[in-house]
Amino acid sequence: MTTATQKQPPASDRHRNSTIRAVLSPWREVPFLGWLLGALAAVMLEHSVGSSLALTLGLRRIPVLFGFELMLKAPQHIPGMLVYLVLVYMLPAALVAVATRGLTNALAARLLQSPALSLAVHLVLLYGCMHFWCALSDYRYLVAQLALIAVMLTLSLNVINGYMGEFSCSHPGFMALGAYAASVLTVLLFVEDDVFGPPLLPPTLGPFLFPLALVAGGLVASLGALAVAIPSFRARGDYLGVITLAFTFVVKSLFENLEIVGGPRGFMNQPNWAGLPTVFVWAVVCVAVINNFVRSTFGKALNAVRDGETAAEAMTINTRRTKTVAFLSAAFWAGVAGGLFAHVVGYINPATFGAQKLAEVLAMVYFGGLNSVIGSIAGGLGLTLFSEMLRPLEVWKWVIIPMLLVLVMTRRPTGLIAFREFDALKLLGPRGRWEGGVQDGTAGG
Amino acid sequence: MTYLLQHVVNALQWGSFYALIALGYSMVYSVLMLFNFAHGDIFMVGAYIGLFVSTGLLLLGTAGAVTLPNWLVLVLTIILGMALTAVVGMLVERVGYRPLRKAPRASAALTGLMIGITFQTLNLALLGAKRRSFPALIETATYQVAGVSITNTKIMIVVISLLLMLALDQFVRRTKWGMAMRAMAVDIFVVPLMGVPINTMAALTFALGSALAAVAGIFFGQAYPVLEPYMGALLGWKAFVAAILGGRGSVLGAALAGFMLGFIEIFVAVVFPSTLRDLIAYSAILLILTFRPYGLFGEPYSARLRL
Repeated sequence: MTTATQKQPPASDRHRNSTIRAVLSPWREVPFLGWLLGALAAVMLEHSVGSSLALTLGLRRIPVLFGFELMLKAPQHIPGMLVYLVLVYMLPAALVAVATRGLTNALAARLLQSPALSLAVHLVLLYGCMHFWCALSDYRYLVAQLALIAVMLTLSLNVINGYMGEFSCSHPGFMALGAYAASVLTVLLFVEDDVFGPPLLPPTLGPFLFPLALVAGGLVASLGALAVAIPSFRARGDYLGVITLAFTFVVKSLFENLEIVGGPRGFMNQPNWAGLPTVFVWAVVCVAVINNFVRSTFGKALNAVRDGETAAEAMTINTRRTKTVAFLSAAFWAGVAGGLFAHVVGYINPATFGAQKLAEVLAMVYFGGLNSVIGSIAGGLGLTLFSEMLRPLEVWKWVIIPMLLVLVMTRRPTGLIAFREFDALKLLGPRGRWEGGVQDGTAGG
Repeated sequence: MTYLLQHVVNALQWGSFYALIALGYSMVYSVLMLFNFAHGDIFMVGAYIGLFVSTGLLLLGTAGAVTLPNWLVLVLTIILGMALTAVVGMLVERVGYRPLRKAPRASAALTGLMIGITFQTLNLALLGAKRRSFPALIETATYQVAGVSITNTKIMIVVISLLLMLALDQFVRRTKWGMAMRAMAVDIFVVPLMGVPINTMAALTFALGSALAAVAGIFFGQAYPVLEPYMGALLGWKAFVAAILGGRGSVLGAALAGFMLGFIEIFVAVVFPSTLRDLIAYSAILLILTFRPYGLFGEPYSARLRL
């Protein structure tokens, strides 16, 4: 928490910094719960008065993704957009967060006595924010679904590339395996299809058995991961990178040649069961499992294998088992993400899981930060949102995003938030003078 | 028999493209231990530079300024194309790789990938999605040798490619520059202490690889006169795999692996439906690397990602 290692600014700056610090000090005491409450207030405000405010400001409709997409299309709306952003998002969120900081700090401290309850409350609030934000537009809904899936992909790739330090290019392949396996299951069992015939089970059971289909997709991806995990015992580094790359292209080419799932034309008719709540729950489970995994002894073993395989072996780490578990679990989550992706979009084809996807996922991992759960969350959400915001630029979008990434990489080669441990309970605790024990918290409230 | 020989000729031509591109990957990989994922797109840029240079030179003729014979246009296109693409390669090194020399190598690979995407989309944005046809610079003559038809384009492509590969091999083995490159491949941290200008050498490595890619691009334009923005990604990934398959630090290994890939692809298409081409080629590579984890001609070397 303390910033003792920070460089001392020059004397002239010190005064100005201290005023800024004084103005910002109330906000430094806002716990995560407070920010969630503020965000919830902002999105609910937008829900009720958003469209009328947008009309008053001369905008045709509410700014869908924080206004960026409209600003690029119609620059004359920029002032109105900024006013909208300040009035609807920034002011309410900041004011509510600060006004309730006594209450939220006390509540956060009280909740922390039962960590599970605290997590549940925060997650419900988080979901509430997303729900109200997405309720205003179908586009937002889709973007949120895709962003959460991107988080799952990024995080699982980070297990291999960041925590284990191998350069794996096999994620699009794992994703394809999961996507096709889950889709074939749901279509075969629950949907009337031209190729697979009438449903084998009553479709009403579908939504309940859908998680099982996703898990099956993940397991198929894990099975496929054996094809790269076994070579990884001997081949390391660059050669393993090439093996994983070849794996991705083999999988893609395999599905291009499988006529039963449509070949290069693709495969559709997936039932629409992966709504935002489903995707949210899966993403949360994925983050929780992987976060616990990398913080466990097993996760530390991954780091040991990365930093010195021989040394790790000497410290009684079973490197083969470590590598296998890392590849298989990363592939499992990539497969689940692929299954969700297939059911969100409702159509998949082999070309989706090619070099373009690989570049996207790698970019999210390295942009967000290696060896960091929070970095992967930021990278997945950030790049998905950013690339959607730049959509009006059409072709130029894919000139600007890569150049920006090159810029980030040359400044911060391991990514924005790299090598950070993610401790959820610390994040959820009270802040400022309420910090440090429940007694203080109740006294402050 | 003649049927098979015909395919051998085709495979030699197809393999030359892979081999020429693979050499660029292999050079950068051997000397700097970096994946230059932008290289496939440098090949594409080289092809387009060749297209513009040759159309420009031909336009000079139609405008009445100087009428050049077609063979001279081709020679000039190759020379100018090599020079300009070498500059592009050095630029890529300067922007994407030099700032990351001490960073994790995977990060540098990612910047390369991003620069490659930038090239593709810049091309798409500036020139549009339409395919461009490369002007035919040599009149095709077909010779019948023992029932196998060989065009002069094919002979030219294969012969010049082989000559360039030999020249590169000799350059790396015989010259002082080549010696510096080989030394950098062994230990990049000690070599600067011996007075080798490491940045110049890195730029030279990129320039040489890019020049070869430009030749591949121009020849590709002569053999299959249709250029499109994603041609680099299509051939580049495979050539990259060939380069690694050849083994680190082996110029001829990369070239041989390139030809091998050409043969696999052409003959898979002969025996199986051509849609299985990628599947079988990549599966073969997966198998080879599983059993020979250091490539065909590489030495066992504990190549690790420095993180």
